[in-house]
Amino acid sequence: MAQHIQPSPAELKDLQNRELDAICVNESVLKHPWWYNLKYSAWGILFGIVFVKAEIISWFRIQEMFRFESFHMYGVIGTAVVVGLISVLIIKRTKARTIYGEEIHIPNKEFNKGQIYGALIFGLGWAITGACPGPLFAQMGAGFGVVIVTFLSAVAGTYVYGVFRDRLPH
Amino acid sequence: MLEAIKQPWPWYVAGALIGLTVPYLLLVGNKTFGISSSLRHLCAACMPANITFFKYDWKKEAWNLFFVGGIALGAFIGATLLANPGPVQLAEPTAAYLAEKGITDTSALMPPEIFSWSNLFTLRGLIFFVIGGFMVGFGTRYAGGCTSGHAIMGLSSLQWPSLVATIMFMLGGIAMTWLILPHLLTL
Repeated sequence: MAQHIQPSPAELKDLQNRELDAICVNESVLKHPWWYNLKYSAWGILFGIVFVKAEIISWFRIQEMFRFESFHMYGVIGTAVVVGLISVLIIKRTKARTIYGEEIHIPNKEFNKGQIYGALIFGLGWAITGACPGPLFAQMGAGFGVVIVTFLSAVAGTYVYGVFRDRLPH
Repeated sequence: MLEAIKQPWPWYVAGALIGLTVPYLLLVGNKTFGISSSLRHLCAACMPANITFFKYDWKKEAWNLFFVGGIALGAFIGATLLANPGPVQLAEPTAAYLAEKGITDTSALMPPEIFSWSNLFTLRGLIFFVIGGFMVGFGTRYAGGCTSGHAIMGLSSLQWPSLVATIMFMLGGIAMTWLILPHLLTL
């Protein structure tokens, strides 16, 4: 059973900063060696294979989706949401814990204007590049070398956001 | 069995596996699914400068980088050992529209008419790689998540801000595809 230790003020500040505009932060008191992270790589490998095998990383499939000429991508995303929804319900109902015995916590997302303006900008870019951030990694891995440029531009975009964050409407 | 794996996978198999990422990450490490954050962690790791947004202990989020590294490796395996045998089977109207714009080669997942090195220093390259990529990186962080963080994780946990974001993703994509892209493709 995991113990619940209050984080120090410095740790708390670091956590709050990491939580800014992020949907995937969870603090754990457990300290694991680096190779514990390989379980995420393992799932990532399966994920990358799925991305290629179902052609989710294909620029063509994204065009089809936004032109409403194929059900494929709607089927993928819709099924993923339904499976995710049922899983979260089961986890909440059974009060399931992690394999290390920690309580599972899903942070609430606060609304801000970024979910309008930022999301719109991402949507515009998604239709051009045919990729959200996940498929960017997969496109590079699948051998589309020039996507490295797209990827570096995406990192630059994130960086510029970080620089101007305080001056943008939220 | 191996033959079935080598064919392109149907949407329900892919959707189910992607959906299972949500409980997997929660159960093995209390992580909520999200990919775009990896771009931020890279900024924090490589060039935090003195920017508050990047001044945090990125090593505590290293799992996310291991995850995206896995995605790249998995895609490599998918594109080599398990490669789809034929060209992308595009919907008829999409194929006709793209052909009209000079994009006819569907032998790979990405059209070589756009995504090749020879386009890097052209207007097409600037738009499709540099500006497009920038909008993906800037927009996802401003929105606080991408398709995985908002559309899948956010909707799975019934968060209405994620529904707003997902609708805006779609509106942006539809506006680009119908209003702007037809002009960009003829440049």
